[in-house]
Formats: sequence, C-alpha cells, structure tokens
Amino acid sequence: MIPRPFRVLRRRRELGDTFTLELEADDGTPFAFQPGQFTMLYVFGAGEAPISISGDPAKGPLVHTIRAVGTVTDRLMALKPGDHVGVRGPFGAPWPVEKARGHDVLIIAGGVGLAPLRPSIYHILANRQDYGRVAILYGARTPKDILFEKDLIKWRSRFDIYVDVTVDRAEVGWQGKIGVVPKLIDYASFSPEDAVAMVCGPEIMMNFTVQGLQRTGVASEDIYVSMERSMKCAVGYCGHCQFGGRFVCKDGPVFSHAEVAAHMSVREL
Amino acid sequence: MVEVDGLGKLLKEHPFFADWSDDYRELLAGCAMNHRFGAGEYVAREGQPADKFYLIRHGSVVLEYPVPGNDPLLIETLHEGEVFGWSWLVAPYQWSFDVRAMELCRMVSMDATCLRGKCEADHSLGYELFKRFLPIISERMQASRIRLLDLYGPRK
Repeated sequence: MIPRPFRVLRRRRELGDTFTLELEADDGTPFAFQPGQFTMLYVFGAGEAPISISGDPAKGPLVHTIRAVGTVTDRLMALKPGDHVGVRGPFGAPWPVEKARGHDVLIIAGGVGLAPLRPSIYHILANRQDYGRVAILYGARTPKDILFEKDLIKWRSRFDIYVDVTVDRAEVGWQGKIGVVPKLIDYASFSPEDAVAMVCGPEIMMNFTVQGLQRTGVASEDIYVSMERSMKCAVGYCGHCQFGGRFVCKDGPVFSHAEVAAHMSVREL
Repeated sequence: MVEVDGLGKLLKEHPFFADWSDDYRELLAGCAMNHRFGAGEYVAREGQPADKFYLIRHGSVVLEYPVPGNDPLLIETLHEGEVFGWSWLVAPYQWSFDVRAMELCRMVSMDATCLRGKCEADHSLGYELFKRFLPIISERMQASRIRLLDLYGPRK
C-alpha cells in the first residue's frame, strides 16, 4: 500500500489532453507487469489515480498514457523530467494473451482505450508465431485524435497483421474510413469460433462492439472487456469499485464478457 | 457491356444477393447494369432522382453533404461488399446525399423503376427486398446515433 518513488524520465504529449509518462524506479529495479494491469500513480500533494500501463511488458521503462480529466491527472500532465511520483502496483487481472495462444486475435479499441491494449499488442507481436490471424481495429473521434498513430502505421506495415482504423467524423482530405468501430469487424477476416477478442474503450462502444462480435459468432466467454469504475484502494478493500459481486480493481479490470454481461445491463451499476 | 447472364453472376457474388434464389436473381439481373467510377467521380448528387441503388463490388465511396461556399461535410464511407441508396424506396425518390468515389470503383446498379415494377407484380419479391434493406438501414441509423453520442469527446 506504500507508493514507491519513481522519477519521470520523459513526458510526451500524444493528443490535446492525452500524454505519456515514462517512469523509472528511484532504486533502479525493473517493474514487472502483465498486459492490461494498472498502477495507482500518486502525485505528492494532490492524490492518487488508477492509470493503465501502456508500455512494453518485456522491457522498461514503466510507461503510462494518461488523459487529463481531473485534479490528479491534470497534475500528472504538469510533471517534467526529473519530477517524482509514487507508484503502487501493478494491480488487476490482465488481458488473456496466454489463453489466446493458438487462436485468432481481435484487438478492438476506441479512443484512449488503445493505451491499455498496447502492452498486449507488444506481447503478441513479440510472440507472433504463437497466434493465428491478428487484427487491430481502432476508432477515434477525428483523424487528429488518433492515438499512437505512428505505432498504428508501423503495425500496419507488417505483413502478418491486419490493422484498420475509422473515425467518427472527418474533413475533406481524409482518405480513410468514416464510421463506427463495430463496423470494422465486418471487414476483418477471422474465424469467429476460434477467436479471442480484447475490447477497450467507452463502455457504450464496448457494448456495441460485443454485440457486433456476437453477431459474427464469437462466444461471450471469448470476448474480454476492460471495465472502468471509480477505484481508490486498488486492493479490493474499500469497495468503491464494486461491480456486482466483483471488485474491478482486484477481479478486473479485464473481465470476460460472460462474467459481467448480466451486470453490464444493470443501470445502477 | 456485361450480358444479363454475366450480371446474374455478379449479383450472386455480392453479399446482398448471395442468399437469394436463382430465379429471383435472374429476374433482378434484368434491372442491373455494370458501372465503373474513377476516383473523385460523383455517383449520385443530393436532390437528384434516386433512380438506382448500388452494390459496391470493388472500391470505396464517401457520402457527403454539400455546403455552399465550403468543403462538403463527410458523413460516412462505404466499402466493397456493401450497398448504398435507399431513397428509391421512399417518395419523392431523391438522393439525400452526394456520393463520391474515393478510389476506382466497380459497382452494379439496380434500376429503381424496374425494381418497383417487379415488386408491384410480385409482392413476395418486394418482401424479400425490404427484408434485406431494413437491417442495413437499421444498422446505419444505429451507427449514426452512436456517433452522435460523441463517445470519445471530452468528459463532462
């Protein structure tokens, strides 16, 4: 429960309100984590926030991509190289990259939801021979809001992976797709009965994406979503993130859709 | 010029007509015509008679709304295997948007007057057409509503 001191190595602005922090432990020890896990980042004098890890699990530094939406994340955005933060974690259930071995993989993200999925992409690409067809489907608000655009272009340039991007709206000059993320499922080539899907983004987007996947025949237990609820302690103690009979911090944030389908339709949750 | 037999084969290859009976496909091939549009070419214009709908065999199109004195507003893109144009189903049968080819496109058009005539003569044919168009219209409307939600916009 005690935050470890980490030093900011680099801060990079990704989009208008989204930035990436690269951190290194003061004592130099590497930070081990699994794709999909998160940490609690503590800004001295401001508080803590749960932030998904967005870097490569096979190598340092510890990378977080953060959208500034409140007091703590605004203060995180103001940090400079050399500043310190406290880090607790890693916490949470990871993406099913091991279960997905031998299967087709669909990685479907909306907006900043690509950040928590990027570690699983790194892992899968580093072990490409262990997976079937791999597709990355991504949607953003406009072309200017495409996160990790350089990564998407680099992934797309590979011959062994399918990448498709759409935006909600665009201006004349945009030569890509305009439409919703679930529609991209129709254009991808995969075996529904043999696929594992990992979905992250706004919950409404995840709902429609899950429906789209199920329409093609992907089973609910093979679709994984990353739930977001207010998290405080991150260790399943305070109860803030309770979601039905589960804690998002401890039992999630990654769940199979089969586990949480009933609760996702309960408005009060 | 592709003969009717060839058009029947093209219809069979397109997902919209893939599960139709051979008899209906042959009947509808008489309303079909093959087209090719170059990149940037307009397939349809807002307000013009909607006398066809199109099956995209290859390529992509963008639906746009013209804005006087400004660049058009882009609505949606559609791609290989999809269909566009349902204003032919609803009076006054006018295109609601411009449709522009984003790249070289090959399409099959279905003549609306021909189709409406055949549907009046055979209501079962009409039912089959509506049964296939309604899910497409429903999906497009839902997609438009999702985009209206601006899910990726700044949190309030």
